[in-house]
Amino acid sequence: MPPLIAILADDPGLDPDHTVADRNGSPGQYDAVSAAWLHDETSKELLRFTTAGSVDDGKSTLIGRLLYDSRAVFEDQLQSVAKASSTRGNGTLDLSLLTDGLRAEREQGITIDVAYRYFATAKRKFIIADTPGHEQYTRNMATGASTADLAIILIDARHGVLPQSRRHAYISRLLGIEHLVVAVNKMDLVGFDEGVFRAIEDEFKAFLDSIGQPAAYFLPISALTGDNVVATSGATPWFRGQSLLEHLETVDVSRTSTSAAFRLPVQMVIRPHQDFRGFAGQIASGSIRPGDEVLALPSGRRSRVASISTFDGELAEAFAPMSIALTLADEIDISRGDMLVSIENPPHVAHSFEADLVWMSEAPLDLARPLLLKQTTQTVKARVEAVLAVVDLNAITIQAEAVPAEARPATLGLNAIGRVRIAGAKPLVFDPYRRNRGTGSFILIDPATNATVAAGMIGNALSQPAAHGQVTAAERVARHAHRGAVVAIGENPAVEQLLERKLFNHGCNVVVLDETVPEAVLTQLVNAAFLVLVRREPTDPLPDGAVEAAQSLYQQLEDTNVFTLAGIGTQGEGI
Amino acid sequence: MTPRLSHLQALEAESIHILREVAAEFQRPVMLYSIGKDSSVMLRLAQKAFHPAPIPFPLLHVDTGYKFSEMITFRDEYTAQLGLRLIVHRNEEALANGTNPAALGTQRCCGLLKTQSLLNALRAGGFDAAFGGARRDEEKSRAKERIYSFRDSQGQWDPKNQRPELWNLFNSRVGPQESIRVFPLSNWTEMDVWHYIHVERIPIVPLYFAAERLMLVRGDSLIPIEQPFVKPMPGEKPQLVRCRMRSLGCSPCTGAIRSDAATVPEIIQELISFRRSERENRIIDHDQEGSMEIKKREGYF
Ligand SMILES: Nc1nc2c(ncn2[C@@H]2O[C@H](COP(=O)(O)OP(=O)(O)O)[C@@H](O)[C@H]2O)c(=O)[nH]1
Repeated sequence: MPPLIAILADDPGLDPDHTVADRNGSPGQYDAVSAAWLHDETSKELLRFTTAGSVDDGKSTLIGRLLYDSRAVFEDQLQSVAKASSTRGNGTLDLSLLTDGLRAEREQGITIDVAYRYFATAKRKFIIADTPGHEQYTRNMATGASTADLAIILIDARHGVLPQSRRHAYISRLLGIEHLVVAVNKMDLVGFDEGVFRAIEDEFKAFLDSIGQPAAYFLPISALTGDNVVATSGATPWFRGQSLLEHLETVDVSRTSTSAAFRLPVQMVIRPHQDFRGFAGQIASGSIRPGDEVLALPSGRRSRVASISTFDGELAEAFAPMSIALTLADEIDISRGDMLVSIENPPHVAHSFEADLVWMSEAPLDLARPLLLKQTTQTVKARVEAVLAVVDLNAITIQAEAVPAEARPATLGLNAIGRVRIAGAKPLVFDPYRRNRGTGSFILIDPATNATVAAGMIGNALSQPAAHGQVTAAERVARHAHRGAVVAIGENPAVEQLLERKLFNHGCNVVVLDETVPEAVLTQLVNAAFLVLVRREPTDPLPDGAVEAAQSLYQQLEDTNVFTLAGIGTQGEGI
Repeated sequence: MTPRLSHLQALEAESIHILREVAAEFQRPVMLYSIGKDSSVMLRLAQKAFHPAPIPFPLLHVDTGYKFSEMITFRDEYTAQLGLRLIVHRNEEALANGTNPAALGTQRCCGLLKTQSLLNALRAGGFDAAFGGARRDEEKSRAKERIYSFRDSQGQWDPKNQRPELWNLFNSRVGPQESIRVFPLSNWTEMDVWHYIHVERIPIVPLYFAAERLMLVRGDSLIPIEQPFVKPMPGEKPQLVRCRMRSLGCSPCTGAIRSDAATVPEIIQELISFRRSERENRIIDHDQEGSMEIKKREGYF
């Protein structure tokens, strides 16, 4: 795909005979001014952002102002807003009415989720994913944030940082948004007082630090009066930064995706005739040129790129997020769901991995139920094997070790966020989400209802072929989610079977050994993070009954913090 | 320096991804072809998505019988030239019963000739996915529309039961008899569409370009007179007006606008100075508050 502007001069002449082809304007048909204007227009970049705020923080007003001041609002729409504003009897134009669609729906009880809005300035085109700040905010914000480069968080200057503000920042961080703008709104109501702004800035900065969010851009605004929204305001002489719109127009959002390793999830094989096999897809990251060596995963076969084929001709280079088709030098078997990748920095290929889930369904996660997992271009059967931790969105803490068993999660409810372990029926090709949004994201589908029940961001592979060198104790603990331990279980086949089964089902690295095993071997096994059940008399006598005995032994493991992540033991589930 | 796509290139790449996803995951997709500018763009994107192979699904035009004759000529010439498979569906029964907007009102007329006709055509073809050229910036109620919009076995849209859409991962699971409408141009604006038509030299129906045309002038409205039931009111006389269509529909229900814009760049220039939404001239959307929402629930696009 050549730069679009080049096509202006170079007419592909699709249908020279057609009556209207000459209406599309050759360069001579319009004056130099509009030619320059069109040039600028066609080379504009796209910035996608999402907005979040609690109810009444002024989000609708802010968006209305951005649309209004960038003239994305049509006169007839404006007239209806003017009419509605005057019936409300407050004289001034209520800009929040421009995005009123959602309000009416709320009243009708229609699902409110993400609304998309569009505007452009002389420098950029913008897509806003507007998410309501109240019910369902987690699901909606995650949806809006998933395609956004930047998030704007609104804070009401009078109320300061609210739990909601922290949640919004946490979710945008979780969804991998690198650029955060914190707009302290309604500054007109606090007399544009610098102290108020700085106090909020300091408090929120500290919080962002604690969740590892890279620097955010703070600014004081009034959405209602327009201060610092489009132009910088005289009311805040103490503020030296750019206005909100200037920031949106200039912030560098070239994602690392283009510089990262090459990834092309294959969507389909285009095969018009025997001599052409094009592997079509949208490049998830990196770039590619003819002659480059590529690896097909999961098969592991290698080949070279013969050509980059597009409707607009063959390309000398293609990069994310272009949609292209590659032809290869060798005949290798590749189909939808496979991934073509660079030889250096290959992705993970694994059946199971840890992931952060945003649960989006009314029906809570049920570990017993098989699900479908769609990641890049493949859909596989999968199971959530364990909930490892749940994020407490009220406190924004993640339950870690040493959580009492009864407080551990067994499930995730609507709008909950948790860390889980997932196993797929087939190996998946992926990168951690932090490094690659395109290959590290997935959705879960309930095959019974076909509903999309969760959004997932892959953390670590649980079997990492890519790791090098000696296997460390920490790696073992990380994989199994427990430390090594020796448990004396006595000589009782029933107890032995119950306990081993329970631990095994939880994915533990468990083994049963005779009393005769040398102590040195036990030590080595413990260091290798095994749970060793030894047929030796326990120091404290076990309760009567095999079930009770096994439960008591299991409790011992929990009490000694053998499990490094919450949720391995599922409370309420007897042995 | 990391290369970046322009916004049009980014939109193009996204749309091609959507077209390919649907072609790969559905059994029987079809592209709804309305002959308008958005359909023309969507068609070009489909050519790009499957190049050098032909477009792997047919086009479907739901012909109400009242489309501008220039549209039909354009449709037949252009699809023949590209060698596309075109299905034309008309609700002949309703037409034979004298269905027209003057007799039944626009709502009932649309219901029979568009909505019902579309549902019949989709059922007859056994299509499980239908591409449409609708954009989110067209109308307030479309702002929250999904790219994959689910329809139940009756072809109806349940606003309470739509799936969240994250990243570019679309849930394509449908039950028996269920289907989806897919909107590959969701994120395009009217301006983007015109730019793309310009840089890609995409042919469009000449009605979009200004010319002297015979119109009934009624207040601010310019009403085309192609159908016998569109009659002058007392005192009205057809006049030659330099005008063009901003969006194309049925001739009795699509008003023209006064304009001198006779080329795509001129239309773009007009668009910059002209601040009225494109659907304003569609008579159907104004029937009733929220009328688009209602039509959509019934199965209209
Ligand atoms: N004084 C003042 N009022 C504002 C400002 N921004 C919004 N408002 C008002 O706050 C109320 C809630 O605003 P709205 O945009 O509907 O909030 P949303 O619920 O976040 O969308 C409305 O009455 C607005 O007029 C501001 O900067 N200053």
